[in-house]
Amino acid sequence: MNASIFTRNVPGMRDRLQRATVGLAGCGGLGTHVALALTRAGIGRLILVDHDIVDASNLNRQCYFQSDLGRPKVVALREQVAAIGTGVAVAVHQERLCRDDVGARFAAADLLVEAFDQAEAKQWLIEAWCRAYPDRPIVAASGIGGYGRTNELRVRSSGQIHFCGDGVSDMALGLCAARVALVAHMQANLAIELLMDRMPAHPPPRSRPTA
Amino acid sequence: MITINDREQLDWKPGMTVNDVLAALGYSYALITVTLNGTLVEKEDYATTRVPDGAELTIFHLAHGG
Repeated sequence: MNASIFTRNVPGMRDRLQRATVGLAGCGGLGTHVALALTRAGIGRLILVDHDIVDASNLNRQCYFQSDLGRPKVVALREQVAAIGTGVAVAVHQERLCRDDVGARFAAADLLVEAFDQAEAKQWLIEAWCRAYPDRPIVAASGIGGYGRTNELRVRSSGQIHFCGDGVSDMALGLCAARVALVAHMQANLAIELLMDRMPAHPPPRSRPTA
Repeated sequence: MITINDREQLDWKPGMTVNDVLAALGYSYALITVTLNGTLVEKEDYATTRVPDGAELTIFHLAHGG
């Protein structure tokens, strides 16, 4: 790890974030941008879950390249975040996540980012996470379709649940990298804010060995 | 009185469930996430979860795309 990477970071941010683990359910238009932003901020560990492989139709908005076509998204994304050089630890699971697996798969996560594309999946993911971990936040996205209308994007929160997006526009409008990445970065920014409040400023003292 | 999404208000009635509130508001869209006083109500519990007077209900629309 090259410590110079963080010389322009917000003071104190990496010290806290490096102790945090973030789960990402989905490594597409939202998930790729969230993973890269969190890595650059100094997150300690990511858990990436996605069953899919990279397709040409993903390249208009997802952070993959021609050389990734046909490769598992979780593998390609792990390479990208590793290449930044922050030393982030990345666990990958190439699988179609099921509701019953959410608790176990993300057991180590301090926070979950919902980055699925289907609304039905967003719904069961939120339910499964809140049931398994009622004291840990989930940052979801809804309403990322089309282009422009930047000032309609916002964050809404209730309890442990947080939503980014306009809450209305859907992918029937088409998906544009600029707007998808905006919402992804709102998710990442909010995740950082929540983790900064939750993570201790200093590591817990080591327990003394008993005689 | 029940407050929805920090702005709309609805008269409270004894025995009111989450489903009753959604119906009164004219919600027919199934893809939503609902919290009651900050706690998630699972979809399968809408019909049985009672909404107390003075409750705050938050409804998030789930739009496809990711």
